[in-house]
Amino acid sequence: MKNSQVNVTKEIADDNYFYLRSCIRQNFFPGAENVFLDILKNKLGKNIIDNANHTSCTGIGYHSDIVPYETYQTMVARQFALMTEHGFRNAAVSCITSYGGYHEVLETWKEFPEEEAKARKNLKNATGRCFEIPENISHSCDIIYRFRHDIAELAKYKLINKQTGKPLRIVDHIGCHYAKIFPDKGVGGAEKNTVLSAVVEAWGGESVDYPERRHCCGFGFRHYLVKNNRSYSISNSKKKFESMEPYCPDMIVTNCPGCNMFLDKWQYALAKIEGKTYSGDKNGIPVLSSEELAALVLGYNPWDIGLQMHQVDVEPLLEKIGFDYNPDEKYLDANGNFMGKPEFIGCLD
Amino acid sequence: MRTMMQKLREDVRLKEGLNACMGCGICTAVCPAAEYFEYDPRSIVVTVQSGNEEKIRKLIESDTIWMCGQCMSCKPRCPRNNCPGLIISVLRRVSQETGAFVKSRLGRQQYLILKTIGTNILETGYCVYPASVVPETHPEQGDVWKWIYDNKEAVYERVGANLDKEGPGAMRKIGRENLDELERVFAESGGQTLFTSIVEYSRAYAKESGFVDANGQPDMEKYTDFLLNEDNDEK
Ligand code: SF4
Ligand code: SF4
Repeated sequence: MKNSQVNVTKEIADDNYFYLRSCIRQNFFPGAENVFLDILKNKLGKNIIDNANHTSCTGIGYHSDIVPYETYQTMVARQFALMTEHGFRNAAVSCITSYGGYHEVLETWKEFPEEEAKARKNLKNATGRCFEIPENISHSCDIIYRFRHDIAELAKYKLINKQTGKPLRIVDHIGCHYAKIFPDKGVGGAEKNTVLSAVVEAWGGESVDYPERRHCCGFGFRHYLVKNNRSYSISNSKKKFESMEPYCPDMIVTNCPGCNMFLDKWQYALAKIEGKTYSGDKNGIPVLSSEELAALVLGYNPWDIGLQMHQVDVEPLLEKIGFDYNPDEKYLDANGNFMGKPEFIGCLD
Repeated sequence: MRTMMQKLREDVRLKEGLNACMGCGICTAVCPAAEYFEYDPRSIVVTVQSGNEEKIRKLIESDTIWMCGQCMSCKPRCPRNNCPGLIISVLRRVSQETGAFVKSRLGRQQYLILKTIGTNILETGYCVYPASVVPETHPEQGDVWKWIYDNKEAVYERVGANLDKEGPGAMRKIGRENLDELERVFAESGGQTLFTSIVEYSRAYAKESGFVDANGQPDMEKYTDFLLNEDNDEK
């Protein structure tokens, strides 16, 4: 059997996590990280620590090749050292680039112990810190997957169209570095990944397959980072939207912060360029991460979890679910004062 | 002098990424970059496997190695467990260490990435930082991002983030001690050396290409403008 077709059931730690944040998620969807912590602590009764001293893993720099692998290994070693110092052995990782990166480094160290020794020495010289190898590295979507039935039991809403009574049609997009680098590190492996579809089904939705399900969102690191190259990025997303369109999805669910951002923003950009959407309406297809989706079924206030930060409006989705929310609070600040609103939401006027 | 092949072999990722390539082209079939550019990861792998110094030298001076999007879609599909994306990353490292990258348009862009992502990392501790996602240079981010950008403090506070403030939380200020550690990690592990290499070769190329100030020194602002507008001519 090819390694990519292994039906993977991976080990996912069930408590005591050290949270490692994502640069992109904090930037664009900070509410998703906050609500993930809240769900774990206050709904599932888990112990998870949010440490102020960890930094970017520098993974975006690594994959755009300005950060050498030796430096990347040392930065990863520093995150592990912070975990060790706090007595944690299980990492809960928000970012898919980091998630793939941590596994890449651990695999290198397994096969080439001299690389681990070098990273230890670099880290010691630079910071005086030491580390133990973590016992478990899980992505936030893994943890949501592991507790999907517990979340279903606590849920206030199901992923069901309230008017028709039918399950919402949901397509997923799995970030490439979740399972393509190491298929055995992703639930279901690289080709038949089930980490998001199982969650969707546990919460009453219908997971809908589409031909380009495994295609990259198009980030391409240097291709998005350099403005002149961004057509690479948007072309790949377009390929995905074209592939989803005939299946009429109610929403897209993602596990990767970058993919979530691109699939949200490129729908808008494509609408501006081509004058069309892929949703059958002017809004576009709402794109939610697994954290945001978990929060919705649990009934969190959509504006507390930052859904007003999406370009494609989430309100049509909330209406479909029959979600009880207040549209007038969408643009109120923490003190209840109006903070102005975007000139335009959605994709087409 | 070390050969190209020796330089490539010094990187552990070459051992990880290249077993024996049988030239089947499955990587090319699945590669999103091959669909977009005139680009063929198979031939890159075959060239590296051949050990042909001249061909490898040409490769690291070319646009080709900069076309890969590092998605690693090639990795799980390769019947021989190679990882073309990883091999390409090794080629890019050597291209930057030897200065070959300035010979190609896409390679020269590394200077732009250093100036944005590299600066973010060292100055803020984040790869991406809200103040640096300027709506004018990121029109694709849309009106909602513009609204967030213009009302950063209030919006981030509303959704429970801790923008630029002490303590834990999303987008918190990463303290000086942590940034100092990060900088020392870069100094100790070769990150700073690579940054310097990218800057120095870019400065030399800028000078050679006539982007100079009144004193004949490289004018990196002019050079940056040039890079930002350099034509996309291979499509
Ligand atoms: S790297 Fe793998 S997939 Fe690509 S041509 Fe060689 S053997 Fe085939
Ligand atoms: S990592 Fe590079 S070579 Fe491999 S599939 Fe992605 S773009 Fe193609």
